[in-house]
Amino acid sequence: MKELKDLYDIVIVGGGPAGLSAAYSAWQNGAKSVLVIERDRELGGILQQCIHNGFGLHHFKEELTGPGYAHRCIELVKDKSEIECLTDTMVLSVEKDKTVVAVSPDHGLIKVKGKTVILTMGCRERTRGAIRIPGERPAGVFTAGAAQRMVNMEGYIPGHKIVILGSGDIGLIMARRMSLEGCKVQAVLEICPFSNGLTRNIVQCLNDYNIPLYLSHTIVKIHGKDRVNGITVAKVDEKMRPIPGTEFDIDCDTVLLSVGLIPENELSRGLDLKMHPLTNGPVVDQHRQTSLPGFYAAGNVVHVHDLVDFVSEEAEIAGKFAALEAQGKLDGNTKFVTVTAEKGVRTCVPQCLNLPEAGEQVRLFMRVANPERKVKLVVKSGDNVILQRMLPVAKPSEMIAVDIPAAKTELIGSSLTVFLDKEA
Amino acid sequence: MDFIKEADVVVVGGGVVGCAILRELSKYDVKCVLLEKEPDVACGTTKANSAILHAGFDAPTGSNKAIMNVLGNRLYHQLEDELDLDIKWTGSLVVATNDEEVETLKELLERGKNNGVPDLAILNREEVLAKEPNLTTAVAALWAPTAGVCWPFEAALRFAQCAMQNGAEVIRNCRVTGFVKEDGKIIAVETNLGVIKTKCVVNAAGVYADEIAHLAGDDSFKIHPRKGEYILFDKTVCNDLVYGVVFPTPAKNSKGILVCTTTHGNTFIGPNANDMDDKEDTSVTAPGMDQIIASARKLIPNLPMGAAITEFAGLRAVSDNGDFVLGASCVEGLFNAAGMQSPGLTAAPAVAEEIAEAVAKYLPMNKKADFKAALPKQVHFTRLTDSEKADLIAKEPLFGRVICRCETVTEGEIVAAIKAPCGATTVDAVKRRTRAGMGRCQGGFCGPRVTQILARELGISVADVLKERKDSHLYYEKTDVKGGQE
Amino acid sequence: MSETRVMNCIMCPMGCEMTVTIDDGKVVDVKGNTCPRGAKYAHDEVTAPKRMLTTTVRVEGGMLPLLPVVSETVLPKEKVLDCAAYLRGVTVKAPVKTGDVIVEDILGLGVNIIASRDML
Repeated sequence: MKELKDLYDIVIVGGGPAGLSAAYSAWQNGAKSVLVIERDRELGGILQQCIHNGFGLHHFKEELTGPGYAHRCIELVKDKSEIECLTDTMVLSVEKDKTVVAVSPDHGLIKVKGKTVILTMGCRERTRGAIRIPGERPAGVFTAGAAQRMVNMEGYIPGHKIVILGSGDIGLIMARRMSLEGCKVQAVLEICPFSNGLTRNIVQCLNDYNIPLYLSHTIVKIHGKDRVNGITVAKVDEKMRPIPGTEFDIDCDTVLLSVGLIPENELSRGLDLKMHPLTNGPVVDQHRQTSLPGFYAAGNVVHVHDLVDFVSEEAEIAGKFAALEAQGKLDGNTKFVTVTAEKGVRTCVPQCLNLPEAGEQVRLFMRVANPERKVKLVVKSGDNVILQRMLPVAKPSEMIAVDIPAAKTELIGSSLTVFLDKEA
Repeated sequence: MDFIKEADVVVVGGGVVGCAILRELSKYDVKCVLLEKEPDVACGTTKANSAILHAGFDAPTGSNKAIMNVLGNRLYHQLEDELDLDIKWTGSLVVATNDEEVETLKELLERGKNNGVPDLAILNREEVLAKEPNLTTAVAALWAPTAGVCWPFEAALRFAQCAMQNGAEVIRNCRVTGFVKEDGKIIAVETNLGVIKTKCVVNAAGVYADEIAHLAGDDSFKIHPRKGEYILFDKTVCNDLVYGVVFPTPAKNSKGILVCTTTHGNTFIGPNANDMDDKEDTSVTAPGMDQIIASARKLIPNLPMGAAITEFAGLRAVSDNGDFVLGASCVEGLFNAAGMQSPGLTAAPAVAEEIAEAVAKYLPMNKKADFKAALPKQVHFTRLTDSEKADLIAKEPLFGRVICRCETVTEGEIVAAIKAPCGATTVDAVKRRTRAGMGRCQGGFCGPRVTQILARELGISVADVLKERKDSHLYYEKTDVKGGQE
Repeated sequence: MSETRVMNCIMCPMGCEMTVTIDDGKVVDVKGNTCPRGAKYAHDEVTAPKRMLTTTVRVEGGMLPLLPVVSETVLPKEKVLDCAAYLRGVTVKAPVKTGDVIVEDILGLGVNIIASRDML
């Protein structure tokens, strides 16, 4: 058993790709003591169950599987005396004085303090209850992620005839996964008139296996007392209300839900961090510092990302600036700027900037509200157009990243807005 | 005839009423056995209701409901400590939103006084808002300080465990299929597991009580299932809703759709009331949910619907005369505790005393001197102080592994729930005992882990672990393909 | 006779929408791709579609009962399900290192199946 220090430069809550990338970046930037606390039996987070490939093209410049990506992240922090990792350890609370309270079977109750704290708890899945699917409550209704863990890590399948509600990437990936396991995937249902997954996943996960995708459809009743034995489906109108008379039944024994992800912010709420109502994550500046000084957040806990590569990128920023702050190397003399998403842009992270006098390159991550073609993305401060870019295609499921060069940041006043110009 | 077991009293039905009766009977020098058809106690009406310990002003004065409610409410104050029950004595409000409804409040107040309910009062708008700031539509309310909320499943389980501690037996997965009579008198109970010899039977079979009575030859009453649907909210929004129990001014069929806290700090809205034919239909419906939401909005206009975490429905057991059916049946050796709709939960301990006294006259039987009333305290990891947590993990390392992150439930608590008397054998049974899976992710994270812990502790395959009822398998072995063959 | 087909590249998450001109069963022009992998994908997709395969095999004596595996390179699309079925019947012994060959030349297709993580 490791002897823990009382005080660390940085304590990181969560040992997934965000936590590990933050730890590595902090180490690169001079942090002398970093503690990563992970609740699962091993590091790597949810990637360990995402056995498909398609990860890492941006960050590691090669195509990796989820476990492969996790492996790379783990290699980065391994055998570094400045970085300690605890697994099988659950953080119960984080105090405003940066004391982190956790428990584990091996270490018992742990209380450690960080000069800075980075929150990298990731996200969780929305459930049946959150979307109010009528019907019985039999066995056989799972979130896609829970089923994925059983299929890919524990060695069991959730059923044999599958319907998937939600065409986000996890739903699409699970459609293929269940097909490869010899199960019959009857249909993928999507309440929106468009899929929320990557196009490549529609092609290689549904089309390749002749799995029908029903857009603008949802489940109106789950049948079965003990185990699911079918569902009734209906078409929905533009307000997503089922249209009477359009119902039909699908025979199945399993319903997998892929109906959205929600950042896991119980600990953030305990700290009274300022939260954003649309991202469901803490409000952060370009260094991923939250509303509470010394507390940073990165990855899916801030906003749900489309690609883990961007999670790593964001976490490296948080790790760097947390490390600089822990070493007293951060210049406090900054200009505060609010960043607001408007007209067609649903969310933008960071939601504020603390710009140094010398300026600083800033990357904005955005998601649009609706699918668009040929629109202009505009970043404006007062009357100054800071940046604009034509987007041939924009989808809610894909994050848009734009960089504001350091030289341009001096044009920024006290606020920045990002929006879509559809007239362009 | 071959008997698998011999008893003095057999209780049919392991809901809160049956379990309370079993506990009361275990105070006597008799062998008593409870039979429950499901894999767990409290799987019927007890697991899906409003969980309110009513003050007792609703039922007509002099009815079984009125008498047992007021008495039962008093008994829970004593049982709370003995059985280590989670009860919050929140008090309840019946809210009037117009002058006509205020008149109804006055009637309720009068009836409550006649029923013997203590400390009732009518509050004006300011007094209501001081208690419940979100009740912006209220003009007045009836305040009943003796009302509270409990966890009905826990009450049933603790009743059963206390009875077991005093020699009673609980047999689950045991369905009654008939009765053996001699000279018109019940002498044995036929079940799917075999025949159990007994001197008498207590029928606490919930929505099936009329069918059990019929099997014994008693057709004096019918039970109609009346469905109530509910929507449960995440704890994070409870301050946007209510702190206690809030009823609208009552409607004909029910006490109306309420907004209510739970003993664990969630808030729910519901129930509606729909008479059903099917005694198994606990499905939730889209119109039902719309109805609940619309009614609850009359009390709390800004309902945070985005924070709903689950919906469920339960069936109330309604007798044809609307009152509890209590006491000796026309069939010798049969005692009924039937028609236990609201306030059945509150009334349960009082009904148990009434039934036990009737059985004592019939058998006869005598009270034991060594009845152990108190149960060992339960461990709730989250409620411990830091040093208590540290000590517990040092002694039992499994308490250091958090399995359910939403409700902070440890592996130690889950294993304890499996190993306890009347222990959990299914995923839902673990959930009801420990709250693992009851939080905002509804078991998305902990479900697979709880399944694996159950498989390990019960010595069965993961593929054999059930969610709840007998065919509710959760996972299957992967399709077998011969090793490495093409 | 030339025809055009619109297809989305699946080589990376960008999913470029490409317009592919096919003449006599051969791709003669690809528009809309942002990198050479798109053109290659379009050619393959028209003549002989290929896919990566990721799945699991059973592992004995490891910290987990399953080992995730990946095809070292793409497989003929129509053989992917056969390969997955074959791998459902494969069991290996721990320890395994990332990149270890789990099945050599699967189904004689000339592609190795390799471990995508360490399994101690």
